[in-house]
Amino acid sequence: MKHTISVLVENKPGVLARVAGLFARRGFNIESLAVGTTEDESVSRMTIVASGDDSVLEQITKQLYKLIDVIKVFDIPKDVAVERELVLLKVSCNEKTRPEIIEIVDIFRGRIVDVSEGAVTIEMTDEESKIDGMQKLLKKFGIKELVRTGKIALQRGSNG
Amino acid sequence: MELTGAQAILECLKKEGVHTIFGYPGGQILPFYDALYYEKDIKHILVRHEQGAAHAADGFARASGQVGVCVATSGPGATNLVTGIANAYMDSIPMVAITGQVGTALLGRDSFQEADITGITIPITKHNYLIKEAKDLPRIFKEAFYIARTGRPGPVLIDIPRDIQMAKIDFKYPEKAVIASYKPKYEGHPKQIVAAAKAIAASKRPLIYAGGGVISSNAAKELTELAVKCEIAVTTTLMGRGAFPDTNELSLGMLGMHGTVYANYAVQECDLLIAIGARFDDRVTGHIAKFAPKAKHIHIDIDPAEIGKNVKIDIPIVGDIKTVLKELVVKAEAHDAHAPWREQIMEWKKKYPLSYKKNGGIKPEYVIEQIYEITKGDAIITTEVGQHQMWTSMYYKFTKPRTFITSGGLGTMGYGFPAAIGAQIACPDKVVFDIAGDGSIQMNIQEMTTAVNNKLPIKIAVINNSYLGMVRQWQELLYGKRYSQVDLEKNPDLVKIAEAYGAAGIRVTKLEEIRPAIEESLKIKDRPTLIDFVVAREENVMPFVPPGQALNEMLVD
Repeated sequence: MKHTISVLVENKPGVLARVAGLFARRGFNIESLAVGTTEDESVSRMTIVASGDDSVLEQITKQLYKLIDVIKVFDIPKDVAVERELVLLKVSCNEKTRPEIIEIVDIFRGRIVDVSEGAVTIEMTDEESKIDGMQKLLKKFGIKELVRTGKIALQRGSNG
Repeated sequence: MELTGAQAILECLKKEGVHTIFGYPGGQILPFYDALYYEKDIKHILVRHEQGAAHAADGFARASGQVGVCVATSGPGATNLVTGIANAYMDSIPMVAITGQVGTALLGRDSFQEADITGITIPITKHNYLIKEAKDLPRIFKEAFYIARTGRPGPVLIDIPRDIQMAKIDFKYPEKAVIASYKPKYEGHPKQIVAAAKAIAASKRPLIYAGGGVISSNAAKELTELAVKCEIAVTTTLMGRGAFPDTNELSLGMLGMHGTVYANYAVQECDLLIAIGARFDDRVTGHIAKFAPKAKHIHIDIDPAEIGKNVKIDIPIVGDIKTVLKELVVKAEAHDAHAPWREQIMEWKKKYPLSYKKNGGIKPEYVIEQIYEITKGDAIITTEVGQHQMWTSMYYKFTKPRTFITSGGLGTMGYGFPAAIGAQIACPDKVVFDIAGDGSIQMNIQEMTTAVNNKLPIKIAVINNSYLGMVRQWQELLYGKRYSQVDLEKNPDLVKIAEAYGAAGIRVTKLEEIRPAIEESLKIKDRPTLIDFVVAREENVMPFVPPGQALNEMLVD
């Protein structure tokens, strides 16, 4: 089972290495990882998507707490999560295929951010599954390059 | 007051109550050693290899209960500490390791003797620091000592670039370490403690399984009170030896791979296993799915991550062992329903005692029994790793905490002798024995100079079978007697080596020489004595639960 784990850490050099190393040596698999600052500049938030059953998740959480630089760890349940991911895709196109590509991008509420002779670059921000959906439809045109940020997430409601 | 970084390090150490450090100088730690030149309140023990410094600091910490401190230079000096740091980490020993580092301007450029020691030691330290600004030095030292000694103890490394040691700072030592993200929990949850007391009352066959946490929490007294009050038998792990007196009739000795038959039977038959400061290590559990199959589990530990890591726990209690046991002793009661189970255990004890065949040369077990008898069980015993370590655990009766000092988790050959140096310095009035194998003793034999120069009367009892005995035993029993690379027949003359270093050396080849040699060694008080016990070559450590088997599936001879 996939879990979205939000980890608040001290914003110090080397903290990412400590967290990533912990996942690696304890055999916890990271599917995606996004790191950025928070409302408090001394604190960073790592959003980690990892897979494992409940006991694995419990061990991950406890082991993370043992790192001195880790302040707080939450598992964000799917039903109360606001989750977003950003993708940039460079898709091959010609005059014949361009209208269809634009139509797909519109349907998924993506944006075309660059157009050149043989390709368009598309930006889209949404939930993981929507991005997967658009990516699938664009595949037949030839995806030349792709980058995804990894998921970020917050819990709904006023608790912070 | 204005100090250099190097002077500030010494002030920090004094503020933390440190009076002895173990180390070895080198280029990038020179400013520190220059400041040390004028220092009167801190004694520096010069070792002959940085690994020795780390193990000595570890032995010092285990014998005294205080934080051990070791110092090394950058690069190879720092990497030589690595085994010692990993050893302390696995056994949760409070230690601060200080390393020199190339100047901040040279960091990350593959400079001479540069190694990323903070990167290297992330997995084997509780925490580590690279000081990049001199003004942070006092705060970092305060935090490092606080982290090392509180919660589940462990080693902390501080890497200090040369220019930081030379920079001038306005020195003020913080009164308190303030780390928002680190708040160890000491009190056990009262409801969980009541639940544990109820589970004890409801059980028919309870058993205590005690580990090193009892010793690091200084809770041996409380453990004994609980066991005696509730009349529950106690088995200890290797790390827990000395946490409960072997001379008490409730003692079952060690459990696990080389556990006593009765301890392992008791584990497999108990209906309530009370794990205290132990971590369900594979050497303890054998086949984990078959471990204590009939039991409910109570687990008391200060580290929440240990709860449920290897075994599912019914009643977890997170807290300091001493604090929790004090509460539990009040709430738990003895029960008549436990009596038949105790009788069963006593019957196993009578039926399957630890035993060995007395014929065929000097038996290692016999040597250890004699060391116990002659020292009246009052010595501090350190060991290396291998057969001699297991025999020591089995045949020396430990009655007090901090008297058995051994590498439990990492299993580091070469640990025992430098650890004995640390223990002897921590406890100058105690008799300290390093019980060693002929393989292990050669891994840090260079520290003989350290012991001689400091006039330390350490006794080194080498159980010499001219084999890497434990590996040979596995090859005999599990690899069809193919003795691959374990024959140490071409060992050097260890007596001569001892003498060359300025220590005393005694060789024992006959039974009747054993006691006189041990007695003679106790009379030598101004230098170490190495006794080379030439023992039966192919003696095996028994009982033996082969890896992957359940605890009751043991070989006995």
